[in-house]
Amino acid sequence: MSPTATGETSTTVESVVRGIAADHRAHRGALLPILHAVQEALGCVPAEAIPVLADELNLSRADVHGVVTFYHDFRSKPAGRTVVRVCRAEACQSVGAGRLVDHLKDTYGLSMGDTRYDDSVTVEQVFCLGNCALGPAVQVNDRLLGRVDEDRLSAILDEAISR
Amino acid sequence: MNAPVTVYVSRDSAAKSVGADEVADALLRAADRIGQPIRLVRNGSRGMLWLEPLIEVATPDGRIGYGPVTPGQVDDLVAAGLFDAAEHPSRVGVVEELPWMATQDRVTFARVGVTDPLSPNDYVNHGGLAGLRRALAMSPEDVVAEVTDSGLRGRGGAGFPAGIKWKTVLGCTDELKFVCCNADEGDSGTFADRMVMEGDPFLLIEGMTIAAHAVGATEGYVYIRSEYPDAVATMRSAIEIARAQGWLGESVLGSSLNFELHVRVGGGAYICGEETSMLQSLEGKRGEVRAKPPIPAINGLFGKPTVVNNVLTLTSVPTILADGAQAYQQLGVERSRGTQVFQLAGNIRRGGVVEKAFGVTLGELVNDYGGGSLSGRPVRAVQVGGPLGAYLPTSRFDLPMDYEGFIAAGAMVGHGGIVVFDDTVDMASQARFAMEFCAAESCGKCTPCRVGSVRGVEVIDRITAGEHRDENLALLEDLCDVMTEGSLCAMGGLTPMPVRSAIQHFPDDFYARHANAKAEGKP
Repeated sequence: MSPTATGETSTTVESVVRGIAADHRAHRGALLPILHAVQEALGCVPAEAIPVLADELNLSRADVHGVVTFYHDFRSKPAGRTVVRVCRAEACQSVGAGRLVDHLKDTYGLSMGDTRYDDSVTVEQVFCLGNCALGPAVQVNDRLLGRVDEDRLSAILDEAISR
Repeated sequence: MNAPVTVYVSRDSAAKSVGADEVADALLRAADRIGQPIRLVRNGSRGMLWLEPLIEVATPDGRIGYGPVTPGQVDDLVAAGLFDAAEHPSRVGVVEELPWMATQDRVTFARVGVTDPLSPNDYVNHGGLAGLRRALAMSPEDVVAEVTDSGLRGRGGAGFPAGIKWKTVLGCTDELKFVCCNADEGDSGTFADRMVMEGDPFLLIEGMTIAAHAVGATEGYVYIRSEYPDAVATMRSAIEIARAQGWLGESVLGSSLNFELHVRVGGGAYICGEETSMLQSLEGKRGEVRAKPPIPAINGLFGKPTVVNNVLTLTSVPTILADGAQAYQQLGVERSRGTQVFQLAGNIRRGGVVEKAFGVTLGELVNDYGGGSLSGRPVRAVQVGGPLGAYLPTSRFDLPMDYEGFIAAGAMVGHGGIVVFDDTVDMASQARFAMEFCAAESCGKCTPCRVGSVRGVEVIDRITAGEHRDENLALLEDLCDVMTEGSLCAMGGLTPMPVRSAIQHFPDDFYARHANAKAEGKP
């Protein structure tokens, strides 16, 4: 869904977003569930979705934009095919999370927030995955992993890149 | 054919993070291969996370544990007689008799790890719904009085008496009221909310339903962080099952109570663990903190009277109603009554969940339960109560865990998380991280937090670069004062706590990093 999308693509975004908004019509204050559903369907919350959402929910575009940009979860562009999130919070720091961050940089040239040039993988930092007794913790898409070291992280990255 | 053996492997996401699913699969294959019928129960985790993946085999003498088990060891275990609970180097004995378990006061976590989390029969057979049944036979006023008398205080960190909050909501005459569960457990070192939602979700549903009856609410929300996909899925399934059982929805358990419960997923914003920010988020807005007053109990979700409680507060309620306020009140010390679910985390040998009455000391938790550091190096510091909690040295290990005792020591119990660091930790880096985290996660509404945290990072960088150490430490102290006194909520208000405690207890770490740094003189 690039900004240079054809009219057809925009129509798709619009119809997807309107469909999702309709599904949530009965719910109070439904913008967050709607945004999660849009991202699930489209891989991101594209800029074209914002005026549609504003129209559906009777909000200003600024209101919707403000919400989308407030939360770390919502992307304006799709992530790589695999998302690897490294916990950088205190409990994981205490058992070497910093080394995992360095390893991604040194071995794969990826800093937190980067997507690899071939869109195979996005690496991100996250503050706490609730696996604080078995750190360092990493989340690969929705799957939580514990006691991750550099070798295991390499295996995860190599698999993601080859897919 | 042999009689089926009941075997337990946890479905908790921490257990799965170290291979519980693979162990379960290997068990099923191995049992099939030798023709041994088994009943595999995917329970919650016992909370002995260092033993995960833990296999438990039911025997007439109790459940015998084996752990930690790798998927590759399963065939060997089965060949050695796992299904007969035979000896093996991984065998730890009867799980409930292990000192680590037997010495705990499991109230909230009584069923976690014992039952199948999504089995309504298990829930009822293990004492579930007793609290709700008793509450529904009582007037709302009496339920509120029972909770007040128990001495239960908010387990999210602030420690506000739950009964007083409930009484305020009960006293409002609005038709529409809400019960909201704050399950945005973002503090590093805490995972008890997640474990109870994954391991005993009906308990939270029961606690919220009791709250609804007590205050006259008809709708409830569980706000769970998006970092917890397994907890979200388990809670959603549990709510569907509960509705089908008549535990939720119209005329709960045949009473006049109608209560609908919904799960809402956060957006990856730490600040939404602050109650007013969570309410904004539930309303579909930016998670910006609201000024108090008005308090949420009177002017909460969509402007209506709202109970906002943490998972561990609400999951303490069914036991209080089932066994009475007196029984709960007997646990604990001073004004901290009942139990706290402590979470041992970070660089610790035996990490996991220790539910103990208030009054247990920090040292007992870290050394006796936790077994010291994972690395084997000396423990140097522990951070208690999440990223906004104080760093304490081992000389403070005699501190008993209670709300007022910790406040007096310049620290806080918070949500009960304890993160252990060994002697390789650099406390100036940890102080810097506290400011960096605040800068990243501030909602941006108030200046002391939004700007102060950025300035805090800069000042600490100057200190560790050796630029005017004394002047910059004084400046940092001043900045901490402004943030503490001037911030709208606990995010900016408590970020100085880890920073100041690091400086107070570990001043040597705040000297210049390089021998050639300009430690003296003015520019």
